[in-house]
Amino acid sequence: MRYEAPNTLDQAVALLAAELGEARVLAGGTDLLVQMRTDVIDPVLLVDIKGIAETRQIREEAGGFRIGAAVTGAELKEYPRLGSVWPGVVEAANLIGSTQIQGRATMGGNLCNGSPAADSVPALIAAGARASIVGPQGRRDVAVEDVMLAPRKLSLAKGEIVASFLLPAKPPRTGDAYLRFIPRTEMDIAVVGCGICLTLDARGACTAARVSLGAVAERPLLVAEAARVLTGNEALPVLLQKLDAAARAACRPIDDKRGTKDYRIKVAGVLARRAAQIAYQRARES
Amino acid sequence: MQEKVKDAPSSQFKWVGTRAVRPDGVDKVTGRARFGADLAMPGQLVGKVLRSPHPHARIRAIDVSAAANLPGVKAVVTRDDFKDQPSEFIPAGEMMINYRDVVRNVMAREKALYEGHPIAAVAATSTSIAKQALKLIKVDYEVLPHVIDVVDAMQPGAPLLHEDMITAGVEPAPKTPSNVAKRVEFGHGDVAAGFAQAEIIVERAFTTKPVHQGYIEPHACVASVSEDGQADVWVTTQGHWIVRAHCARLLGWDVGKVRVTAAEIGGGFGGKTVVYLEPLALALSKKARRPVKMVMTREEVFRASGPTSGAHVHVKIGARKDGRIVAGEAELKYQAGAFAGSPVQPGAMCAFAPYDLENVKVVGYDVVTNRPKVAAYRAPGGPISEFAVESVIDEIARKLGMDPIALRLKNAAKQGTRAAYGPKFGPIGFVETLEAAKAHAHWRTPLQKNQGRGVASGFWFNIGGETSVSLQLNEDGTLSLTAGTPDIGGLRASLCMMAAEELGVDLDRIRVQIGDTGQLGYNFLTGGSRATFSSGMATVEAAREVIKEACKRAAKLWELPEDAVEYMSGGVRPAGANAGKHAPMTLSDIAGIAGKTGGPIAGYARINAHGAAPSFATHIADVEIDPETGKATVVRYTAIQDAGRAIHPSYVEGQYQGGVAQGIGWALNEEYIYGPDGRLQNPGFLDYRVPVASDLPMIDTVIVEVPNPRHPYGVRGVGETPIVPPMAAIANALADATGVRFTDLPMSPPKVLAALDEARAAGTAKM
Ligand SMILES: Cc1cc2nc3c(=O)[nH]c(=O)nc-3n(C[C@H](O)[C@H](O)[C@H](O)COP(=O)(O)OP(=O)(O)OC[C@H]3O[C@@H](n4cnc5c(N)ncnc54)[C@H](O)[C@@H]3O)c2cc1C
Repeated sequence: MRYEAPNTLDQAVALLAAELGEARVLAGGTDLLVQMRTDVIDPVLLVDIKGIAETRQIREEAGGFRIGAAVTGAELKEYPRLGSVWPGVVEAANLIGSTQIQGRATMGGNLCNGSPAADSVPALIAAGARASIVGPQGRRDVAVEDVMLAPRKLSLAKGEIVASFLLPAKPPRTGDAYLRFIPRTEMDIAVVGCGICLTLDARGACTAARVSLGAVAERPLLVAEAARVLTGNEALPVLLQKLDAAARAACRPIDDKRGTKDYRIKVAGVLARRAAQIAYQRARES
Repeated sequence: MQEKVKDAPSSQFKWVGTRAVRPDGVDKVTGRARFGADLAMPGQLVGKVLRSPHPHARIRAIDVSAAANLPGVKAVVTRDDFKDQPSEFIPAGEMMINYRDVVRNVMAREKALYEGHPIAAVAATSTSIAKQALKLIKVDYEVLPHVIDVVDAMQPGAPLLHEDMITAGVEPAPKTPSNVAKRVEFGHGDVAAGFAQAEIIVERAFTTKPVHQGYIEPHACVASVSEDGQADVWVTTQGHWIVRAHCARLLGWDVGKVRVTAAEIGGGFGGKTVVYLEPLALALSKKARRPVKMVMTREEVFRASGPTSGAHVHVKIGARKDGRIVAGEAELKYQAGAFAGSPVQPGAMCAFAPYDLENVKVVGYDVVTNRPKVAAYRAPGGPISEFAVESVIDEIARKLGMDPIALRLKNAAKQGTRAAYGPKFGPIGFVETLEAAKAHAHWRTPLQKNQGRGVASGFWFNIGGETSVSLQLNEDGTLSLTAGTPDIGGLRASLCMMAAEELGVDLDRIRVQIGDTGQLGYNFLTGGSRATFSSGMATVEAAREVIKEACKRAAKLWELPEDAVEYMSGGVRPAGANAGKHAPMTLSDIAGIAGKTGGPIAGYARINAHGAAPSFATHIADVEIDPETGKATVVRYTAIQDAGRAIHPSYVEGQYQGGVAQGIGWALNEEYIYGPDGRLQNPGFLDYRVPVASDLPMIDTVIVEVPNPRHPYGVRGVGETPIVPPMAAIANALADATGVRFTDLPMSPPKVLAALDEARAAGTAKM
């Protein structure tokens, strides 16, 4: 096995594109190294992207934030202002694993590992984040919800790397939140995850929303119907009941060792309601 | 933490009962301590095991030629390298094992009986070569139907694991083989007559899942066999004399040729009382003529090392309206895994042990299934049967509107009570734990919304057994103490404290080690909560021998008869009529004249420790339930237990807390998940969910002390009882909060929510 640690995206792309065998990007390694150790994958080339400036920086851009794909959860938490503007995203990235894992784990890795249960992904989708992808054909921008297709399957072409994410400028009276359900308190994979971002008008009514569910389908979902019901005219308790129903209706989970279909569907509704309440609160306070 | 045991106990003792710093602590916190996988030898090879992917298959042929020819591969072993063994049961901890089965468990012979069953092992110069070699081994399997569930395995027509297995303990013996290895029965009185007097009867069926001991350190060893047949093994184990015995037996070598050293151990909980890798590493080392190191991956630990049984338990209890129990009956079906030997017998014996019953009957079945062979796990068998009994007792108390502690007090076993399993109890502290629970602030503190409170009790026998300890007085008066029971929970500290107490010397004058099998006589393993009891008893005896010898040497020097010298506070002086005739001498002074007065001074105790006494516990748990997700969180917990005497209270409390932590995992989340293919789907800590630190509340402890009169310091074992009550305490708390009786472990969120939804639909839910 070969290990390379280039300093530019171009070099990294060239290395990945030229390798005929299995080549992998290495970010924090908290998925990759575990999969290698348990013989799930056996790559011949590892390209460590942590030496590449763009993947490691956080910058304010266009009123929002550009976050390098290899920035760790712990670094997101330490970056001033980010946590108060996009608390849902920062909290989601810092639900991953434990303190030790958060010192390594990245959002790029979380997305590109291709797990429907990845915690930071529904939060990024709800926030309307876009991934900046660099490959042999150059650079393209893709909505985060369009990166992952199915378990372990991404829309990335050979040689493509997620270089960074753009969290957009946050409109006024907007708040985001992410909640997940796990049987323990940490060190677990989401049975269900839900990210919600919503914007209120001056009177406190919801005018726009994005609702994303994790671990209830083959990929994280952006649930348009759930967002639509939130912009209705009813009283909040009614809206929340409708959100609960819309979230449940969007689920198409499997039965597996982490939860049953029925259970995931029920809990998706519960989490959607609870996350929406936090997002409302944050939107009112922002 | 509770301070029931004072840090400086009432002048009676100087060391016993204090919280001294543990002698193995510094090495552990600085990383200096050497655990099983830390040992390395020059020229050492890596050993790896090929494991069956099938839960049940006949092995038609194994072709290792390609693997053996791979450059870097130095040895390959299969079933052909181990002689078959006759059927013979011997004790291993609190379990029985049979060498016919042990040889088949370490290396499959006719059949692979579970996914993960070893088929072959290789030793190579690197891990990657060893792994490559495993891929080159060709195994011709005839895949057979398998059975995972215990009740399914008992059905007529179930796939048979052992075609010659005839149920033992049934008269007349069955004519046809089955998966039921054994039937056991305990009890006395007439249960039918008892139930006829009952004014209330509660009858329930329970299921529990197999749970793993979950030690953080995987199995690991290094074996080295020299050209002249001298064998050495360094291993993480609870009993290196047991490892020596098993290896010598399986390999057909002399016991004296095998020397085993116990490494520091990263947890065992009963699971390191059997052999897995050691015989393979020795066989490989002998063939390769080089040392071989083997370390299991976590996945191998889950797929191939022992959990405890999963079970199906049926309990029926009858009582009068005043709470007096008139009859108790239980039927236990325990799965043993691939070979006979589940802990159903101890499970049956302790099911009703805490109670004074006139009419009691327990029947148990030991059942084989296509899973890894179970190994001991803290109080093997007890937590399963007692979970069921303590749940039914709680239900009776609720139905009678009686306080569950009062109901237990009304029926509690006391000194002189005839236990359901036969003997009469000596002095025991069960009532004291119940009184302490009743008096505890926890019992009276109001609950918050969505919370419930449960109480449950537990019992474990504890054992003694063969033990050797040596204590040498060094030339400067310091002492070297060597024991042979691996230290898992602070044993070395406790032994030093007992020795210092006897000798009247400072604790830091004694250095303690766990000796290898060449340094002491036989030691049975650390299990059955016996180490502080048995090695403590032997340590006291060895210390008394040193004292006797010190008096003898002084007598010689002073030219007095031996009985004219007495030992007091760390030294000798003339006694009685001769008092004051000579200046007292310290133990160091005696050490200084040892050479002149007869040579080195040492005490050596070789005992079969008798008089182990049971330990009872009562636990209180508060649980909060999320009514929308079914997630249960233990928010407060108090463990109360009789220690006999706590030599080192911190380590006693550590045992209580550790048992509770494991019990909470057993109660709420831990389970083996098998697919229809008979393969384990969660062989790792990500999906085999033991509690993490943040899942646990502060576990409060109360040490009750009703001394064991048969031990010089009153010690009972404390390590096992703490895992007995938690499952029922939590289930009882859930019943209190929700109005739903949970009978299937684990009480995981999906199960709790489904049951809650059902009860809500039926109008019986409390939330
Ligand atoms: C103990 C433990 C607990 C965990 N708990 C959680 C949890 O609670 N929630 C959760 O969601 N996950 C959890 N995980 C999984 C993992 O930590 C996360 O998915 C993490 O975000 C992965 O990031 P990483 O930087 O370590 O990725 P890596 O392991 O470096 O990479 C993961 C995959 O993505 C690819 N990749 C990485 N970066 C890029 C990129 N920029 N462009 C293209 N491909 C890329 C890699 O080639 C690899 O295939 C846990 C893991 C462990 C070991």
